[in-house]
Order: sequence, then C-alpha cells, then structure tokens
Amino acid sequence: MNNIVSIRNLSKQFQTKDGTVKALENISLEVEEGTIVSVIGGSGCGKSTLLRIIGGLEREYDGTVEIDGKAVTGPSREKGFIFQDHRLLPWMTVKENIRFALGKKRKKDDDWIQRYIDLVELKGFENAYPRELSGGMAQRVAIARALANQPRILLLDEPFGALDAITRIRLQEQLLEIWREEPITMILVTHDIDEAIYLGSKVVVMTPRPGQIRKVIEIELGVPRRRTGSEFARAKDELYREFFREAETPFSYTI
Amino acid sequence: MKKEKKGAGYWALYFALPLIILAIWQWADIAGWIKPYTMPSLSAIAEVTVEYLQNGKLLENMWVSFFRVIQGFLLALVCAFTIGMAAALFRKVEIATDLIIQILRPIPPIAWIPLAILWFGIGESSKIFIIFLGAFFPIFINIVDGVKSIDHKYYELAEVYEIPEIKMIGQIVIPGALPAIMTGVRVGLGNAWVCVVAAEMIGATKGVGYMLSNGRSLSRPDMVVLGMLIVGIVGKLMDDLLRFIRAKLITWI
Repeated sequence: MNNIVSIRNLSKQFQTKDGTVKALENISLEVEEGTIVSVIGGSGCGKSTLLRIIGGLEREYDGTVEIDGKAVTGPSREKGFIFQDHRLLPWMTVKENIRFALGKKRKKDDDWIQRYIDLVELKGFENAYPRELSGGMAQRVAIARALANQPRILLLDEPFGALDAITRIRLQEQLLEIWREEPITMILVTHDIDEAIYLGSKVVVMTPRPGQIRKVIEIELGVPRRRTGSEFARAKDELYREFFREAETPFSYTI
Repeated sequence: MKKEKKGAGYWALYFALPLIILAIWQWADIAGWIKPYTMPSLSAIAEVTVEYLQNGKLLENMWVSFFRVIQGFLLALVCAFTIGMAAALFRKVEIATDLIIQILRPIPPIAWIPLAILWFGIGESSKIFIIFLGAFFPIFINIVDGVKSIDHKYYELAEVYEIPEIKMIGQIVIPGALPAIMTGVRVGLGNAWVCVVAAEMIGATKGVGYMLSNGRSLSRPDMVVLGMLIVGIVGKLMDDLLRFIRAKLITWI
C-alpha cells in the first residue's frame, strides 16, 4: 500500500526565555494508508508537537511534511484533529457542534449529521449541550465531528487521556470498530503503553531532549485484536524496556 | 444549574424584612417619633401616590425618565459594542483607544453635567449624553474583557474546520463573550437609571428626578420618598427584565 504521510528530516525549535529548545530533531516517518500508528513517549518528548505539525497547527519547522505528496501548509478538514479536551463549543448542542465543523455542502444535511451521531452511539443526545454530557460522551461527539468531514487522516492527541480507565477502554473499542468499518488512517499520540499497542499496527517510540524517534515496533495482534496473549505481552515487554532505560537517565540529575 | 423552587416559604422570607421595616415605620409614626417635615408617614405617601396616579403625573414622570434612559442606553450599547468589539479583536484599536478610555472612565457622569448643559442646553440631549456616559463604560469594559477571555483553543478548532474569520464572530466571539456582555448590559442599565435621576435633579421640568428636586423645594418629603421608591422599583424591574432576557439567551450554562 502507498504511504499517505511522509515526514523527512523534520526538526522543530522553540524559543523560550532560557534559549532555544529542540522539540524535535531529525524525525523521519512514513505512515501507510489505512493503518493506525501510535506515537508514544514521556511528557516533553515532542509527540504532541509532531502531531500538531502534521495537522498544520504548527507551521514553523525544518524538513518536509507531506500528506498525499503535498506539503502541509495549514490545518484543514482533510486532517481531522481530536484534541485531549473534547473542545466542543459550550454554546452549541451536539448537533450544532457537528454542523459547525461541516463544509458548505453538508452544513444543512441533517441526515448526514444524524448518521455520525448514531455512529458514536449518541442517539437521543442531539440537542444536549456539552455540559450535560459525560467526558466520554463529549469525546465521542468530538470524534463524530471529525469523522463527519470524511477526513483523509485522523490525528488524535491523547484523546482518551482525561477519561477513566473503563470509559477509555470502551472508547478504544469503539474507535477500532469505526476503523474496521472504514479503515481511515490514524496517528494516535498517547502516553498509555497498552493503548499504543492495542490500537497501533506500528508503535513509534519517542525520547525527549531533543525529541527523536528511538524505535518503531511492528505489532501483529491479528483481527480481532486482543489485550491478552503472547504478541501483546511481547510488545509490552519491548516497550517497557525502551522506557525504563530512558526513565533512569533524568533520575540521576534531578536529585 | 438547578432551578430553586419558589414555594410559600420562599415568598414569606422574601417579603419578611420589607414588611418588618414598614411595620416599624408605621409604629414610629403612631408613637409620634417622626415629624412630618423630616419623614413622611406611610399614609402620607399613600395619599400622594393616589394623588399623583389620579392626575397622571406619576406615570408621566416615570415614562419621561424611562424614555430618556432607553435612548441613552441604546446609544451607549451600540457604541460600546462597536468600539468594544474593534478594541478586543484588533490590538491596534485597543492601543489607540486605551489611554483615553482609562482617563475618561473614572470621571463620574454627574461631573459632566455643567459641560453637558453648556454644550447641549438643558433639553433632552444633555440628559441623554449623561445617561450615555453612565452606561457606556461598564458595557465597553465587559465586552472587551469578555471577548479577550475566550479560550484560544476555540479559534484553533475553528481553524481546523476552516471556518472563515467573519463567521468566527457569530459562532465563537459573540456567544463566548455573551455572559460578560450581559453583565455589562445589566451594570450599564443600572448606571443609566442612576444618571437620569441625577441629570433630572439639576435641570428638568419632568421626570422622576424632577419629582425629587421639586419635592425638596416644596418641602414635601412625601413627594421625595415617593420619587425614591419609584426609582428603586423601576430599577429593580428593569434588572429583572434583563435577567429574564439573559436566561433566554444563555441557555447553555
């Protein structure tokens, strides 16, 4: 299959009052169409910055970032972006929030909106305001809102990070189900090792200062995926080894 | 937010304190502690109310003041909204207007009365000008604050979904700032009502403020207290109306 995202020699620096911080250094990554790629790393490893660059939300960087062979110049509906917070507009109902995101062609298409509300199993909540929804429901609306635009790629920035463990697992299942029906390319940034393995067919491990790709692990969980079994355990073990080697380094000089 | 149930207990408590004050007032009158030329009795106020209702002066004065307030307030609302939005959205407008607004704001509208009379005479315009000044600043400041306090993340979201900037105003800026705008409008209308009374006490031949100053020059404390009560009651009713409008407009909180 062909690659939809192509990143070559990507570097990004931030200016702070203490000088320049290298957020990303020399990142190269290809994402195959129709796959889910997890990006995992500790805080400050630049994984969110990487996602924001792919999404066009950060526009100053060195190197090339292409989607379908075209350089990313800014955000667009083509690149659905799910933030850690659901980011629903509090003054709009579920339905209006989805309508808000749609292009001219679909804006007035109530059936279209309804289809995506049904897809995330929120029938009956069309006219609810975000404050009336639980965290998990709100994040599902955010997913529906992104999918309703039929994006080429879905970028998820720690989408389930703020949810409780049970809701998180439920949403992971739901996301996989949606993906099985329509295999849209996804890049998922997370700090949850289980989530990275369970959802990703590839796990990209990043390390901080400067943000670099340390390793890319291929996952073959089969269909349907399972959270138990030898392949899951093997991948988890491999990831643990990557992290705990890493986590020891700062320990020595923070004390 | 859960709506408080307003049963008999609520209303009993709501009216208890005012009724106690009225009772003490009436009792002090019967006991002969208050002198009619310093403080009117309740019955004197009732009499003057009936008299003013019958000769139509009560409603006429109320209407004159109310109409002045509405004109000055609407003028202030339109100006504060346009300038406030411009200042909140365009940094250059904010810088250019900041100093003058900060200097004009602390000047009480009443301090403008001498100049207003010199500029506009003692007719309607000078009063509307004073009311305008009273209402403008609270609305302006709340609009600027309200717009600037909208979380930047919503603009980022709008960018992802390719919402044109002009549409962001209707879908993000105005609803996001609406709670603050409504606070500004409430404070502004309250100020406008205070200002009309002040302006009318100095130079007017009609209006609630005129009733007050006329009662003073005629040594009629009953007229003065009636005027004060009208100011208070109408002010409360106007604020109730705004709270009702606010509840209708802001359904999402």
